[in-house]
Amino acid sequence: MGTFTAATAPRVNYINAEYGIKSWLLTKDHKRIALLYLGSISFFFFIGSLYAIAIRLELLTPQADLVQSSTYNKMFTQHGIIMVFFFLIPSIPATLGNFLVPMMIGAKDLAFPRLNLLSWYIYLAGGLITIYALLAGGVDTGWTFYTPYSTTFSNSYVVATGLGIFINGFSSILTGLNFIVTIHTMRAPGMKWFRLPLFIWSHYATSLVMVLGTPVIAITILLLAFERVAHVGIFDPALGGDPVLFQHLFWFYSHPAVYIMVLPSMGVVSEIIANFSRKNIFGYKFVAFSSLAIAVFGFLVWGHHLFVASQSVYAGMIFSFLSFAVAIPSAIKVFNWTATLYRGSISYDTPMLYALGFIGLFTVGGMTGLFLATLAVDVHVSDTYFIVAHFHFIMVGGALFGYLGGLHYWWPKISGRMYPEGWGRFSALVVFVGFNLTFLPQFVLGYLGMPRRYHVYPPEFQVLHVLSTAGASILGVGLLIPLFYLIWTLRYGPIAAANPWHLPGLEWRTSSPPPTENFETTPIVTWEAYEFAPIEEMKVIGKFRPEVDSVS
Amino acid sequence: MAEGYVATEHAASHPALQHHFENMEQQREAGTLGMWVFLVTEIMFFGGMFLAYMLFRSAYPGAFVAGSNHLDIKLGAINTGVLIVSSLTMALAVYSTQVGQRRMSVIFLIATMVLGTTFLGIKAVEYHDKYRDSLVPGKLIPGRPFNPAVQEHGAAYDEHKLHLPEGESVKHVELFYWIYFALTGVHALHMIVGIGLLSFMLYFSIRGRYSPEYHAPIEISGLYWHFVDIIWIFLFPLLYLLGRHLEHGG
Repeated sequence: MGTFTAATAPRVNYINAEYGIKSWLLTKDHKRIALLYLGSISFFFFIGSLYAIAIRLELLTPQADLVQSSTYNKMFTQHGIIMVFFFLIPSIPATLGNFLVPMMIGAKDLAFPRLNLLSWYIYLAGGLITIYALLAGGVDTGWTFYTPYSTTFSNSYVVATGLGIFINGFSSILTGLNFIVTIHTMRAPGMKWFRLPLFIWSHYATSLVMVLGTPVIAITILLLAFERVAHVGIFDPALGGDPVLFQHLFWFYSHPAVYIMVLPSMGVVSEIIANFSRKNIFGYKFVAFSSLAIAVFGFLVWGHHLFVASQSVYAGMIFSFLSFAVAIPSAIKVFNWTATLYRGSISYDTPMLYALGFIGLFTVGGMTGLFLATLAVDVHVSDTYFIVAHFHFIMVGGALFGYLGGLHYWWPKISGRMYPEGWGRFSALVVFVGFNLTFLPQFVLGYLGMPRRYHVYPPEFQVLHVLSTAGASILGVGLLIPLFYLIWTLRYGPIAAANPWHLPGLEWRTSSPPPTENFETTPIVTWEAYEFAPIEEMKVIGKFRPEVDSVS
Repeated sequence: MAEGYVATEHAASHPALQHHFENMEQQREAGTLGMWVFLVTEIMFFGGMFLAYMLFRSAYPGAFVAGSNHLDIKLGAINTGVLIVSSLTMALAVYSTQVGQRRMSVIFLIATMVLGTTFLGIKAVEYHDKYRDSLVPGKLIPGRPFNPAVQEHGAAYDEHKLHLPEGESVKHVELFYWIYFALTGVHALHMIVGIGLLSFMLYFSIRGRYSPEYHAPIEISGLYWHFVDIIWIFLFPLLYLLGRHLEHGG
């Protein structure tokens, strides 16, 4: 079995196993569902980007020249809603996670394939309702839906948008539930918990957040919609309710939601850093448990969004302390990644460029998060562009970089084709430069006092705004390049080998693209994650397996 | 055969075994864990409303007691009994399936569904009473806003009137009723889903699909049913009982 001859007939894989639109829309194969998600989140990312372009164009000049204030309110609201709920939250889990979680643990599929397909339809239904709301007249509350503006005063489509997000939440819940059960019950023989790739650990932590947090935003939005329609009050002070309760409930989900976005990305980065340094990750257990720690701590810090919202000073101090505490597991990850690089045999392929970019940008985003966790500093920069820059560093510099890195890394496995490495590296650099030029000036803007959600500003801020808009255009070009070449590879890309990067992970021990049931036979795992010991050493310790280790 | 791989053939695989599971045990484990995780999400879903209850109860204790006292404790208590018995019949239905007594299992499933429907019927009577007294909050019912008659101080007792302690705002009673309707309404919705689930179980049980080897769906539906009952076990004291003694003693 050591030798491998190319078959003359096309091999059956998950893509050519069946044909026709029905075979895709009714598929229960996790890999096909991942592709359905990939298509739909790309579509939503495109819509969200259009809003971003419009916002940046408007901000080129200090006056309101493109749109009126009310339109501008809708633009940033819809940018936020689309990007957060319909791109960032499902991005890595629903595409890469869906594709890879079963493969990495040696399973044939997720535990509940029908629920998996259902989750995509729920996502689609939520997305379509939201798009209807945007077309019908849009929504202007900000993606945070703060009461009482959203319940009483806003004249936009709050209920329809809320309904879309409410429905979409269940797709997130189903995905998380599916991952938890799959990771618990479907691991291949020998795949012990501490042999799991870190991508799996981070998805496990993400799933916990999805399962525990999403129901809370669901009931919150439901109560908000009822309050708006039927004038029953939990949030309305006129009816004895409490608008700050809404903020508590909202951030109880929406702060952990940030970890739904960034934890999977950290999983991707752990994979790329270890594999492209060709070294076992430094401190495997620390990196694994730091994911769980982030998930747990993430639920205890929501109050740092309410430092200036009538929260008691003592509660503020505790939330401030806990928010600092989240930095510990995050820093463990960053230090362990850098320690992994040390003396590694590093190759600067596209995925690695994105991963290294992630480390830098996430560090900046995380450190500025500490500014915001500091009570006094937060009062100064609250609701300014400092916040905007901070969370874009986490969401774009973190989540999006991980997503793009992972997409390139596993593209040979997903599509069976190699992407053009030169274009890949070039676009990674363009994205990095564009991103920094867009958001670094916003830190300064915010510190100088430019409030978020305004489109008319004092003329002295214009230089920084122009820089930011220029950066956004570069970023946009950088994002368009992969869109073109990844589609191009589907037809013209060189055929990818089963294991083009020569890596030990389970997903590389099956053909590219994989067969419908992932593996010809259920694998038995006898190796640790990221086992990069040289062949000589493996022979000495008796772990050398010629049919696997000599794959080239 | 290459070293390190095993074939996944089974001596005898059950017809209900799905292709991606290795054996029935794994399939059952996955299904059960899936339901437990789902129930955790349910706890979080109800949790938002329980939080609101807790917060406003401590903010407006008097109004909440007044609202609570106006609920029909007899119907509530009967409903509690009905649900507890339905949990028993559900457990017996699972047991009968496990030991292969299909007839008994069908009878117990029907009993569970009848008890569940009884609960919903009694709940409907209660809802109607609230509608009659104009206690449905806000504009939930078009044309019949929240507008209860408040008992005059020292007037003859009238069970249709709200007994509001002095200094308490009727607005806060409305808040109580909104929380009451939200919690019991979502709970009733879960009951309806549960009865729907059980009707599938009943259909397949009659068709003889379940056996001592394969009974996971009934077991999992049972988990859901018990969970919905437990929610009510919390709702009943919180909404009907707490602070009842204050009416006459305080």
